[in-house]
Amino acid sequence: MSGDPYQTYLAELIDARLLIPSGVRGVYGRGGAFEEIIERFDAYVTRAGADRQPERIRFPPLLTRANYSRTDHMETFPNLMGSVHSFTGDDRAHLGLMNRKAAGEDWSEGLPATEVMLTPAACYPLYPTATGTLPAEGRTVDLQSYVFRHEPSDDPARMQIFRMHEYVRLGTPEQALEHRNEWLRRADEMLKAVGLDVKTVVANDPFFGRGGRVMAATQREQELKFELVVPIVSAEKPTAVASSNYHMEHFGHIFEIRTADGAFAHTACVGFGLERIALALFRTHGFNSLRWPSDVRNTLGI
Amino acid sequence: MTAQKVREIVSQHGRLSVPVAQLPDEGDLYGAGLTSLATVGLMLALEEEFDVEFPDNMLSRKTFGSIASLASAVEELSGRRASV
Repeated sequence: MSGDPYQTYLAELIDARLLIPSGVRGVYGRGGAFEEIIERFDAYVTRAGADRQPERIRFPPLLTRANYSRTDHMETFPNLMGSVHSFTGDDRAHLGLMNRKAAGEDWSEGLPATEVMLTPAACYPLYPTATGTLPAEGRTVDLQSYVFRHEPSDDPARMQIFRMHEYVRLGTPEQALEHRNEWLRRADEMLKAVGLDVKTVVANDPFFGRGGRVMAATQREQELKFELVVPIVSAEKPTAVASSNYHMEHFGHIFEIRTADGAFAHTACVGFGLERIALALFRTHGFNSLRWPSDVRNTLGI
Repeated sequence: MTAQKVREIVSQHGRLSVPVAQLPDEGDLYGAGLTSLATVGLMLALEEEFDVEFPDNMLSRKTFGSIASLASAVEELSGRRASV
Protein backbone atom coordinates (compact mmCIF):
# COMPACT_ATOMS: atom_id res chain seq x y z
CA MET A 1 0.00 0.00 0.00
CA SER A 2 1.43 3.34 -1.01
CA GLY A 3 0.12 6.68 0.10
CA ASP A 4 0.76 9.00 2.96
CA PRO A 5 3.26 7.42 5.38
CA TYR A 6 1.66 9.21 8.32
CA GLN A 7 -1.75 7.75 7.52
CA THR A 8 -0.14 4.34 7.06
CA TYR A 9 1.52 4.40 10.49
CA LEU A 10 -1.69 5.71 12.02
CA ALA A 11 -3.65 2.83 10.47
CA GLU A 12 -1.13 0.35 11.89
CA LEU A 13 -1.46 1.86 15.36
CA ILE A 14 -5.24 1.66 15.14
CA ASP A 15 -5.13 -1.95 13.88
CA ALA A 16 -2.92 -2.86 16.83
CA ARG A 17 -5.43 -1.17 19.20
CA LEU A 18 -2.67 1.10 20.49
CA LEU A 19 -4.75 4.11 19.45
CA ILE A 20 -8.53 4.19 19.24
CA PRO A 21 -9.90 6.67 16.71
CA SER A 22 -12.53 9.17 17.82
CA GLY A 23 -13.62 10.42 14.43
CA VAL A 24 -11.66 13.64 14.88
CA ARG A 25 -8.11 13.87 13.57
CA GLY A 26 -5.57 14.06 16.36
CA VAL A 27 -7.93 12.88 19.12
CA TYR A 28 -7.54 9.24 20.16
CA GLY A 29 -8.26 6.86 22.94
CA ARG A 30 -5.17 5.11 24.25
CA GLY A 31 -5.10 1.32 24.37
CA GLY A 32 -3.69 -0.42 27.46
CA ALA A 33 -0.37 -1.29 25.85
CA PHE A 34 0.10 2.30 24.72
CA GLU A 35 -0.86 3.67 28.11
CA GLU A 36 1.54 1.35 29.87
CA ILE A 37 4.47 2.82 27.93
CA ILE A 38 3.28 6.33 28.77
CA GLU A 39 3.19 5.42 32.46
CA ARG A 40 6.62 3.77 32.36
CA PHE A 41 8.23 6.71 30.61
CA ASP A 42 6.45 9.17 32.89
CA ALA A 43 7.92 7.37 35.91
CA TYR A 44 11.34 7.35 34.21
CA VAL A 45 11.14 11.14 33.88
CA THR A 46 10.24 11.37 37.56
CA ARG A 47 13.25 9.20 38.53
CA ALA A 48 15.58 11.20 36.29
CA GLY A 49 14.72 14.45 38.07
CA ALA A 50 14.46 13.17 41.63
CA ASP A 51 17.94 14.37 42.63
CA ARG A 52 16.79 17.95 42.07
CA GLN A 53 14.02 17.49 44.66
CA PRO A 54 11.35 19.23 42.62
CA GLU A 55 8.02 20.32 44.04
CA ARG A 56 5.40 18.13 42.43
CA ILE A 57 2.25 19.95 41.33
CA ARG A 58 -0.59 18.75 39.13
CA PHE A 59 -2.96 21.18 37.46
CA PRO A 60 -6.04 20.14 35.51
CA PRO A 61 -5.63 20.81 31.78
CA LEU A 62 -7.20 24.25 32.11
CA LEU A 63 -5.97 27.78 32.45
CA THR A 64 -8.21 30.55 33.71
CA ARG A 65 -9.32 32.87 30.95
CA ALA A 66 -8.02 35.84 32.96
CA ASN A 67 -4.54 34.31 33.18
CA TYR A 68 -4.65 33.23 29.55
CA SER A 69 -5.31 36.85 28.63
CA ARG A 70 -2.24 37.96 30.58
CA THR A 71 0.01 35.79 28.40
CA ASP A 72 0.70 36.52 24.75
CA HIS A 73 -0.58 33.14 23.56
CA MET A 74 -3.33 34.83 21.53
CA GLU A 75 -0.76 37.09 19.89
CA THR A 76 1.54 34.20 19.02
CA PHE A 77 -0.60 31.06 18.59
CA PRO A 78 -4.23 32.16 18.07
CA ASN A 79 -4.87 29.22 15.75
CA LEU A 80 -3.92 26.69 18.46
CA MET A 81 -6.11 27.99 21.28
CA GLY A 82 -8.87 26.04 22.98
CA SER A 83 -11.55 28.30 24.38
CA VAL A 84 -14.25 26.66 26.52
CA HIS A 85 -17.84 27.86 26.03
CA SER A 86 -21.05 26.79 27.68
CA PHE A 87 -24.72 27.59 27.97
CA THR A 88 -26.06 30.12 30.46
CA GLY A 89 -29.49 30.95 29.03
CA ASP A 90 -33.04 30.43 30.27
CA ASP A 91 -35.71 27.93 29.16
CA ARG A 92 -36.54 29.92 26.07
CA ALA A 93 -32.88 30.06 25.02
CA HIS A 94 -32.59 26.34 25.79
CA LEU A 95 -35.45 25.64 23.41
CA GLY A 96 -33.71 27.66 20.72
CA LEU A 97 -30.54 25.66 21.29
CA MET A 98 -32.37 22.34 20.97
CA ASN A 99 -34.22 23.51 17.88
CA ARG A 100 -30.99 24.50 16.17
CA LYS A 101 -29.52 21.11 17.04
CA ALA A 102 -32.59 19.28 15.74
CA ALA A 103 -32.51 21.30 12.53
CA GLY A 104 -28.86 20.36 12.03
CA GLU A 105 -27.79 23.97 12.37
CA ASP A 106 -24.73 25.35 14.14
CA TRP A 107 -25.99 25.39 17.72
CA SER A 108 -22.69 26.63 19.14
CA GLU A 109 -23.12 30.17 17.93
CA GLY A 110 -23.76 32.57 20.75
CA LEU A 111 -22.60 30.26 23.52
CA PRO A 112 -20.82 32.52 26.00
CA ALA A 113 -17.22 31.97 26.98
CA THR A 114 -16.60 30.34 30.35
CA GLU A 115 -13.90 31.38 32.78
CA VAL A 116 -11.51 28.74 31.43
CA MET A 117 -9.34 27.88 28.44
CA LEU A 118 -7.71 24.53 27.64
CA THR A 119 -4.09 24.71 28.70
CA PRO A 120 -1.59 25.05 25.84
CA ALA A 121 1.43 23.81 27.83
CA ALA A 122 1.79 22.07 31.18
CA CYS A 123 3.70 24.97 32.71
CA TYR A 124 1.22 27.76 31.85
CA PRO A 125 -0.98 27.31 34.93
CA LEU A 126 2.09 27.42 37.18
CA TYR A 127 3.37 30.95 36.49
CA PRO A 128 0.28 32.85 37.72
CA THR A 129 0.54 30.97 41.02
CA ALA A 130 4.21 31.95 41.40
CA THR A 131 3.65 35.73 41.65
CA GLY A 132 5.84 37.18 44.39
CA THR A 133 9.42 36.68 45.50
CA LEU A 134 11.26 33.41 45.00
CA PRO A 135 13.56 31.90 47.61
CA ALA A 136 17.27 32.51 46.95
CA GLU A 137 17.69 28.98 45.60
CA GLY A 138 14.79 29.53 43.18
CA ARG A 139 12.17 26.86 42.54
CA THR A 140 12.10 23.65 40.54
CA VAL A 141 8.65 22.26 39.79
CA ASP A 142 7.57 18.91 38.34
CA LEU A 143 4.39 19.21 36.27
CA GLN A 144 2.43 16.81 34.12
CA SER A 145 -0.78 17.49 32.29
CA TYR A 146 -2.75 16.92 29.17
CA VAL A 147 -2.34 19.97 26.92
CA PHE A 148 -4.44 21.09 23.97
CA ARG A 149 -3.37 22.46 20.59
CA HIS A 150 -5.89 22.90 17.85
CA GLU A 151 -4.03 21.42 14.91
CA PRO A 152 -5.97 18.50 13.37
CA SER A 153 -3.57 16.21 11.50
CA ASP A 154 -3.21 12.71 10.12
CA ASP A 155 0.25 12.50 11.67
CA PRO A 156 -0.31 10.31 14.74
CA ALA A 157 2.47 12.29 16.46
CA ARG A 158 0.56 15.54 16.02
CA MET A 159 -2.26 15.05 18.48
CA GLN A 160 -4.63 17.79 19.50
CA ILE A 161 -4.51 16.67 23.11
CA PHE A 162 -1.55 14.92 24.67
CA ARG A 163 0.50 14.73 27.85
CA MET A 164 3.58 16.73 28.66
CA HIS A 165 5.82 16.02 31.65
CA GLU A 166 7.80 19.13 32.52
CA TYR A 167 10.43 20.40 34.90
CA VAL A 168 10.26 24.14 35.27
CA ARG A 169 12.93 26.28 36.90
CA LEU A 170 12.19 29.74 38.23
CA GLY A 171 15.09 31.83 39.46
CA THR A 172 18.05 33.88 38.33
CA PRO A 173 19.23 33.88 34.70
CA GLU A 174 22.08 31.57 35.75
CA GLN A 175 19.71 29.14 37.47
CA ALA A 176 17.35 29.07 34.49
CA LEU A 177 20.12 28.58 31.94
CA GLU A 178 21.77 25.87 34.02
CA HIS A 179 18.42 24.05 34.12
CA ARG A 180 17.92 24.36 30.38
CA ASN A 181 21.43 23.14 29.58
CA GLU A 182 21.51 20.37 32.17
CA TRP A 183 18.18 19.00 30.94
CA LEU A 184 19.27 19.07 27.33
CA ARG A 185 22.08 16.79 28.40
CA ARG A 186 19.90 14.58 30.57
CA ALA A 187 17.08 14.27 28.05
CA ASP A 188 19.55 13.25 25.35
CA GLU A 189 21.01 10.61 27.65
CA MET A 190 17.57 9.36 28.70
CA LEU A 191 16.26 9.02 25.15
CA LYS A 192 19.44 7.29 23.96
CA ALA A 193 19.16 4.88 26.88
CA VAL A 194 15.82 3.67 25.53
CA GLY A 195 17.26 3.12 22.08
CA LEU A 196 15.99 6.22 20.31
CA ASP A 197 18.09 7.84 17.61
CA VAL A 198 17.89 11.32 19.09
CA LYS A 199 19.44 14.57 17.96
CA THR A 200 19.35 18.00 19.59
CA VAL A 201 18.52 20.87 17.26
CA VAL A 202 17.93 24.60 17.60
CA ALA A 203 14.23 25.13 17.06
CA ASN A 204 11.46 27.67 17.00
CA ASP A 205 7.86 27.66 18.06
CA PRO A 206 5.23 27.62 15.30
CA PHE A 207 4.35 31.30 15.72
CA PHE A 208 1.29 32.34 13.78
CA GLY A 209 1.34 34.23 10.52
CA ARG A 210 4.03 36.11 8.65
CA GLY A 211 4.82 38.17 11.70
CA GLY A 212 5.47 34.86 13.40
CA ARG A 213 8.36 34.31 11.03
CA VAL A 214 10.18 37.23 12.57
CA MET A 215 9.53 35.83 16.01
CA ALA A 216 10.71 32.41 14.90
CA ALA A 217 13.89 33.87 13.40
CA THR A 218 14.54 35.83 16.59
CA GLN A 219 13.99 32.77 18.75
CA ARG A 220 16.46 30.80 16.64
CA GLU A 221 19.06 33.55 16.58
CA GLN A 222 18.89 33.77 20.35
CA GLU A 223 18.95 29.97 20.67
CA LEU A 224 16.11 30.02 23.17
CA LYS A 225 14.50 26.75 22.14
CA PHE A 226 16.08 23.38 21.58
CA GLU A 227 14.26 20.26 20.51
CA LEU A 228 15.25 16.64 20.81
CA VAL A 229 14.14 15.06 17.58
CA VAL A 230 13.70 11.40 16.68
CA PRO A 231 12.66 9.86 13.37
CA ILE A 232 9.18 8.40 13.82
CA VAL A 233 7.55 8.25 10.41
CA SER A 234 10.15 10.22 8.46
CA ALA A 235 13.95 10.25 8.74
CA GLU A 236 14.12 13.52 6.78
CA LYS A 237 11.59 15.24 9.01
CA PRO A 238 12.22 13.84 12.47
CA THR A 239 9.68 14.59 15.21
CA ALA A 240 10.38 16.63 18.33
CA VAL A 241 9.77 14.39 21.35
CA ALA A 242 11.14 16.76 23.99
CA SER A 243 12.20 20.36 24.16
CA SER A 244 14.09 22.59 26.50
CA ASN A 245 13.37 26.27 26.48
CA TYR A 246 14.74 29.38 28.11
CA HIS A 247 12.06 32.07 28.42
CA MET A 248 14.35 34.74 29.87
CA GLU A 249 12.19 37.10 31.99
CA HIS A 250 9.10 36.64 29.79
CA PHE A 251 6.86 34.94 32.37
CA GLY A 252 8.55 36.64 35.32
CA HIS A 253 7.59 39.99 33.86
CA ILE A 254 4.00 39.05 32.94
CA PHE A 255 3.23 37.42 36.28
CA GLU A 256 5.39 39.59 38.55
CA ILE A 257 7.66 36.80 39.70
CA ARG A 258 10.82 38.18 41.27
CA THR A 259 14.09 36.83 42.57
CA ALA A 260 15.33 37.55 46.07
CA ASP A 261 17.21 40.63 44.80
CA GLY A 262 14.04 42.11 43.31
CA ALA A 263 14.77 41.44 39.62
CA PHE A 264 12.23 39.72 37.39
CA ALA A 265 12.71 35.97 37.58
CA HIS A 266 13.97 34.08 34.58
CA THR A 267 12.36 30.77 33.75
CA ALA A 268 13.26 27.68 31.77
CA CYS A 269 11.49 24.42 31.18
CA VAL A 270 12.11 20.99 29.78
CA GLY A 271 9.10 19.13 28.45
CA PHE A 272 8.77 15.48 27.45
CA GLY A 273 5.97 14.75 24.97
CA LEU A 274 4.84 11.43 26.38
CA GLU A 275 2.64 10.29 23.48
CA ARG A 276 5.32 11.14 20.94
CA ILE A 277 7.93 9.25 22.93
CA ALA A 278 5.63 6.21 23.10
CA LEU A 279 5.06 6.46 19.33
CA ALA A 280 8.81 6.68 18.73
CA LEU A 281 9.42 3.65 20.96
CA PHE A 282 6.75 1.57 19.19
CA ARG A 283 8.09 2.61 15.82
CA THR A 284 11.70 1.84 16.76
CA HIS A 285 11.25 -1.39 18.73
CA GLY A 286 7.94 -2.79 17.46
CA PHE A 287 4.41 -2.95 18.82
CA ASN A 288 5.08 -5.69 21.37
CA SER A 289 6.99 -4.15 24.26
CA LEU A 290 7.85 -7.59 25.67
CA ARG A 291 10.08 -8.04 22.64
CA TRP A 292 11.92 -4.78 23.05
CA PRO A 293 15.69 -5.00 23.76
CA SER A 294 16.28 -6.03 27.34
CA ASP A 295 18.28 -2.90 28.24
CA VAL A 296 15.39 -0.75 27.05
CA ARG A 297 12.91 -2.81 29.08
CA ASN A 298 15.16 -2.63 32.13
CA THR A 299 15.52 1.14 31.83
CA LEU A 300 11.76 1.57 31.61
CA GLY A 301 10.94 -1.14 34.16
CA ILE A 302 8.92 -3.25 31.71
CA MET B 1 12.72 60.46 3.06
CA THR B 2 12.29 56.81 3.87
CA ALA B 3 14.28 56.72 7.10
CA GLN B 4 12.25 59.61 8.52
CA LYS B 5 8.98 57.87 7.74
CA VAL B 6 10.30 54.57 9.16
CA ARG B 7 11.29 56.47 12.28
CA GLU B 8 7.72 57.75 12.69
CA ILE B 9 6.30 54.26 12.31
CA VAL B 10 8.82 52.83 14.76
CA SER B 11 7.80 55.48 17.23
CA GLN B 12 4.10 54.60 16.80
CA HIS B 13 4.41 50.80 16.73
CA GLY B 14 7.79 49.86 18.20
CA ARG B 15 6.83 50.22 21.86
CA LEU B 16 10.46 50.98 22.65
CA SER B 17 11.70 51.63 26.15
CA VAL B 18 13.57 54.77 25.04
CA PRO B 19 12.28 57.72 22.97
CA VAL B 20 12.90 57.02 19.29
CA ALA B 21 14.22 60.58 18.88
CA GLN B 22 17.24 59.59 20.99
CA LEU B 23 18.15 56.75 18.64
CA PRO B 24 20.45 57.19 15.65
CA ASP B 25 19.34 55.52 12.42
CA GLU B 26 21.89 52.80 13.03
CA GLY B 27 20.86 52.33 16.68
CA ASP B 28 19.97 48.81 17.81
CA LEU B 29 16.17 48.64 18.06
CA TYR B 30 16.23 45.38 20.01
CA GLY B 31 18.64 46.96 22.45
CA ALA B 32 16.14 49.83 22.72
CA GLY B 33 13.43 47.42 23.81
CA LEU B 34 11.84 46.23 20.57
CA THR B 35 10.15 42.91 21.36
CA SER B 36 9.30 40.17 18.88
CA LEU B 37 5.63 40.93 19.41
CA ALA B 38 6.07 44.61 18.65
CA THR B 39 8.02 43.58 15.57
CA VAL B 40 4.85 42.08 14.14
CA GLY B 41 2.90 45.32 14.54
CA LEU B 42 5.84 47.23 13.11
CA MET B 43 6.04 44.95 10.09
CA LEU B 44 2.34 45.27 9.31
CA ALA B 45 2.44 49.05 9.69
CA LEU B 46 5.47 49.36 7.39
CA GLU B 47 3.86 47.14 4.78
CA GLU B 48 0.74 49.25 4.84
CA GLU B 49 2.54 52.58 4.75
CA PHE B 50 4.92 51.69 1.92
CA ASP B 51 2.64 49.25 0.12
CA VAL B 52 5.25 46.50 0.18
CA GLU B 53 5.36 42.94 1.44
CA PHE B 54 8.41 41.59 3.24
CA PRO B 55 9.43 38.27 1.71
CA ASP B 56 10.29 35.39 4.05
CA ASN B 57 14.04 35.88 3.71
CA MET B 58 13.72 39.42 5.05
CA LEU B 59 11.63 38.45 8.06
CA SER B 60 14.65 38.36 10.33
CA ARG B 61 16.08 40.12 13.31
CA LYS B 62 18.66 41.70 11.02
CA THR B 63 16.03 43.51 8.95
CA PHE B 64 14.26 44.81 12.02
CA GLY B 65 17.45 45.62 13.92
CA SER B 66 17.66 49.33 13.11
CA ILE B 67 15.82 52.18 11.43
CA ALA B 68 18.54 52.22 8.75
CA SER B 69 18.17 48.50 7.94
CA LEU B 70 14.39 48.86 7.82
CA ALA B 71 14.61 51.87 5.54
CA SER B 72 17.00 50.06 3.25
CA ALA B 73 14.73 47.00 3.15
CA VAL B 74 11.69 49.12 2.37
CA GLU B 75 13.56 50.97 -0.38
CA GLU B 76 14.74 47.75 -1.89
CA LEU B 77 11.22 46.36 -1.86
CA SER B 78 9.57 49.41 -3.30
CA GLY B 79 12.21 49.68 -6.01
CA ARG B 80 12.90 53.24 -5.04
CA ARG B 81 16.55 52.72 -4.21
CA ALA B 82 18.37 55.96 -4.99
CA SER B 83 20.22 55.65 -8.26
CA VAL B 84 23.06 58.06 -7.79
